[in-house]
Amino acid sequence: MFITYLRRELRRRMRQAIFIALGLALGIGLVITVMAASSGVSNSQGTVLHSLYGVGTDVTVTQTPTAGSGGPTRFGFGGGSSGSKPSAGTSFSRNVLTSGGLGALQSSDVTKISSLKDVSATAGALTLTDLKLSGTVNASASGGGSAGGSASGAKSSIKSSSFSVTGVDLANGSLGPLTSGTITSGHNFSSADSTANVAVVDANYAKAENLKTGSTFKVAGTKFTVIGIVSVAQGSSSADVYIPLARAQALASMKNEVNTIYVSAASAADITTVSSEISTALPKATVTTSSDLASEVTGSLSSASSLANNLGKWLAVAVLAAAFGLASLLTVSAVSRRVREFGTLKALGWRNRRILSQIMGEALAIGLIGGAAGVALGFGGAALVQALAPPLTATSAPSGPGGAGGTGAGGPGAGGGFAHAAQSAAHTVSVHLTAPVALSVVLLAVVLAVAGGLVAGSFGGWRAVRLRPADALARVV
Amino acid sequence: MYQLTGVTRDYQKGRHTVHALDGVDLVIEDGDWLAIQGPTGHGKSTLLQILGALDRPTSGTVLFDGQDLTRLRESQLTQVRATSIGFIFQSFNLIPTLSAQENVETALVPLRVASAERQERALRALTDLGLGDRARHLPSELSGGQQQRVAIARALVKQPTVLLADEPTGNLDEGTRDEIMTLLEQLWDQLRLTLVIVSHDSIVAGRAQRTGLMENGRLTIGTRSTHPIS
Repeated sequence: MFITYLRRELRRRMRQAIFIALGLALGIGLVITVMAASSGVSNSQGTVLHSLYGVGTDVTVTQTPTAGSGGPTRFGFGGGSSGSKPSAGTSFSRNVLTSGGLGALQSSDVTKISSLKDVSATAGALTLTDLKLSGTVNASASGGGSAGGSASGAKSSIKSSSFSVTGVDLANGSLGPLTSGTITSGHNFSSADSTANVAVVDANYAKAENLKTGSTFKVAGTKFTVIGIVSVAQGSSSADVYIPLARAQALASMKNEVNTIYVSAASAADITTVSSEISTALPKATVTTSSDLASEVTGSLSSASSLANNLGKWLAVAVLAAAFGLASLLTVSAVSRRVREFGTLKALGWRNRRILSQIMGEALAIGLIGGAAGVALGFGGAALVQALAPPLTATSAPSGPGGAGGTGAGGPGAGGGFAHAAQSAAHTVSVHLTAPVALSVVLLAVVLAVAGGLVAGSFGGWRAVRLRPADALARVV
Repeated sequence: MYQLTGVTRDYQKGRHTVHALDGVDLVIEDGDWLAIQGPTGHGKSTLLQILGALDRPTSGTVLFDGQDLTRLRESQLTQVRATSIGFIFQSFNLIPTLSAQENVETALVPLRVASAERQERALRALTDLGLGDRARHLPSELSGGQQQRVAIARALVKQPTVLLADEPTGNLDEGTRDEIMTLLEQLWDQLRLTLVIVSHDSIVAGRAQRTGLMENGRLTIGTRSTHPIS
């Protein structure tokens, strides 16, 4: 009887039922779409941040370089004593590793941070630039008058090339700059590699330099063997070449020094605590959390993020509230039109509870139909967002780690200027927005549909139960 | 069956208090056939609703089968309605979305009768009233007389002791009125019901065993008439 009555009643009120269900569907569909878009945007943000700082990193610690920092490297001309000037025509070739733009932190700082409460892991890294200069000293630049005939006409021919080198902490492989990449060929470092002259090379750099697994190339004049090619997320700020940290420290003469420390907090809730603990422990260091980074990400990605989080959310809430209100009003008015019916049922001895469950059942059925339609609409909306959304671009502000790079004052001539672009300049990433509909969102939709039905039904039911049967029947006659 | 003592029922209508019932004393014996007449708005329907456990008096006592209805909780009144009292209304009050048989079944829902038995009893009740072939029709597909028969079947399917009717022929033409009245009298006689009909139609009232007149909330019971059937 319950089902028969419910079905017949819904069929009688078909148009109204469809109207209510559509309202709810619209609200629920919008909620799903907005949540899908919002999670898509945060996925995109995650992609950007991971490509910048590696998966799992909650906090990065860097230090602004002080005068004279950045390693002891100086460009001297080998062969001559420091005071003498090279004669014109002297050919030279120098290959050095410099730590431009970032101040040095001690390895003991890494230990200090890792011993802090709420820190689950730390990894130090040394980001360096391999700078190679070669050429012949120009006659006019020599300043000497002893130029020989043939040598005097020599033109200056100084060639320079550079690539970025990151020394990675092999003991903490789960954290740090390499974690955002995937090894496409060869293999990653193993802990046995810590003092070996082996390198993992970025796929783009490997292509440009025609390097393969097993190839050899030189870092600061030392021959390294490529053991793996790593492909990192699009537009990543990754280095061209990764080598074991100990090797990088040795080649750059920066023993026990790092210039970026990657920190993972015990839980997301601890990030703020961890960041202030680090600031206390290392007062001179720049501590950057992933949310700092997220707020520094500008461009259409951040616009999309605020669109999804603010406008979208409130729009969905408003539409949903309107749908709930509409459903409630229409249910109450439907109950009011059935006053005689319910009065009769009460006269027949139907309990309030039975009448209430009948009304609730009807409202719930409408809610569930609306919910199902809403889920369909939501999937459609999410697909539409995915199809229509233009690729989003994100620009991370240069004030992150290495942000001071461009102003690396007082360093050796090559200091700041040669810091790798990704470390010192604004960095733009283009990502395609996806709008994944999570199961939890679908469940939320079902809950919303049920809630919508219950809200509408309880208004209607309250109206019906409050009705005295005598009044209900009196109204008829 | 019924014993009403000093029953009053006041309504608040705006700032005025309306005394719909103003001290009604009434005894209805088992198997009585009582017609209550009177002008509209003089308390006839209010009295019927109090007899039907649909309303509570403002003061006084209403004994029904020895229990005071004024002292029962709402759920107990509901139970009394479900088991003992059959109602018939002027405008039939059938559920428009349910078939004739399903309408009759609604009376058995509060009694928790199993589905199969419910259907069988409802169909039998309709067949007894000559509507067996109309069981699957919706109320809108039935004539006024047929609808009132469905309503009577609904009132009687639970085998109540009392049948209360509020202007049962008010919406029917003369021929159908006589048909329905004859049917009600037959049922009253066969089933040994207590029948109370409120009507301003003196032809209906004229067939009753006893008549009462409601005027200004006061009831005057006429003398026991001799009835053709009894």
